[in-house]
Amino acid sequence: MADGPTWKEYPMAATISEPGSATGQNTGDWRSERPVRNPEKCDKCGICWIYCPDAALFMDEEGFYEVDLYHCKGCGICARECGKDAIEMIEEGE
Amino acid sequence: MGERVGLEVSLAVSEAVKLARAEAVAAYPITPQTHIVEELAQMVADGDLDAEFVMVESEHSAMSACCGTSAVGARTFTATASQGLALMHEVLFIASGLRLPIVMAVANRALSAPLSIWGDQSDVMAERDCGWIQIFVETGQEAFDQTVCAFRIAEDPRVLTPMIVNIDGFTLSHVVEPLELESQEAIDGFLPPFSAQVVLDPDRPVTIGPVGFPELYTEIKKQQNEALLASHQVIVEVWKEWADSFGREYRPVESYRAEDAEVLINLAGAVAGTARVAVDEMREEGRKVGLVRTRLWRPYPFADMREAVGSAKAVAVVDRALSFGGPGGPMASELRGALYPLASPPVVAGFVAGLGGRDITVGDFRAMVDETEKIVSEGYTHEYRMHGVRE
Repeated sequence: MADGPTWKEYPMAATISEPGSATGQNTGDWRSERPVRNPEKCDKCGICWIYCPDAALFMDEEGFYEVDLYHCKGCGICARECGKDAIEMIEEGE
Repeated sequence: MGERVGLEVSLAVSEAVKLARAEAVAAYPITPQTHIVEELAQMVADGDLDAEFVMVESEHSAMSACCGTSAVGARTFTATASQGLALMHEVLFIASGLRLPIVMAVANRALSAPLSIWGDQSDVMAERDCGWIQIFVETGQEAFDQTVCAFRIAEDPRVLTPMIVNIDGFTLSHVVEPLELESQEAIDGFLPPFSAQVVLDPDRPVTIGPVGFPELYTEIKKQQNEALLASHQVIVEVWKEWADSFGREYRPVESYRAEDAEVLINLAGAVAGTARVAVDEMREEGRKVGLVRTRLWRPYPFADMREAVGSAKAVAVVDRALSFGGPGGPMASELRGALYPLASPPVVAGFVAGLGGRDITVGDFRAMVDETEKIVSEGYTHEYRMHGVRE
């Protein structure tokens, strides 16, 4: 049996009382593909950032959008929406 | 001392909800429950009840809205029956899983097909495992009393589990009975305002109903089941306090002339009145027959039931619901299960009767007791009988 809290130790009905607690959880570990940006094609428009359903993209110091692989689930929406075809989905493990 | 009135039982339930100061009602009308929420809508419209009345497009929405109002900390009530209860099905599990102490009256009615608006208990038996506390009442007074008690029980911090009060459709919901309505002051003294443990509040955000990964789902279900089992003690306490305040006593199982009985009748709901007449008749003839009425159905009152059955030779269980292809009506199956661990359990004879509004008469009870005695002397020949069916 897996280790972890007993039934008495969990909050009632598994209620989460800390807002945004998923930021501390590795919610992207079941991803099968990851987005890889081609900096030569990217014009920093931010469409990928707008469409990302998991807020897993963040702007780096140069204004490019980088992927937070801790939370990215590899859905591919960013690659699909990118007007410059600057994002490619690469299979994990490659 | 309350005010003695003659009142339709549905309206007595509405009065109880008003006196309980319900803060939210979301409901969709369906026979034979309609009068309850119709009256509540009138009370809200007239300014007699300070509650949000949420009109919805279905019972699925009604129960969903109830989850919302309960989650923001409002004392919440709804009522339904039959197809309406069936349509609520998935949300019933969410209400209990989220530990929202909603109170619901169910005016029990048969399920389609064929379409039947008449009474039996098939509707709630199909929701047996939804995690709600469930009781069956027999009289209008009990419907009134238990509706008030239900809020106390469901909202107790040790319980926080929704509760169904079952009221037989038509034979109870639509009859006018003499009963005592307690005063607002007395009810206020008995039932404090609802103090929710976890409240949806934009200023203090929480997540209720998150995904339950395999690592924790079992523990959360155990937690929920423990609360439901522990509610037995709270229920008994609340009923004791009600008796102290208002003089009317309630127990998980009600026995009538059962002490030295050789054959007991076990059933739930308003038909108990007819069964008592049958018991009296047979007692006058020297037959040792008694009645055990199931009031508390969930959590199942194992100890109370074993004690009530005592040393009887047989129990004739009369279910107003059919479990298709199963071992009998739900009450018979569960009583067999509860008595099986005993050293010498009594015969449990299962009868399915009173489906879709068919009467169960004194003669029917006599015939079922005869049949049960036959099983005692000759042994089981069948799992259960559909009593009175034309063959």
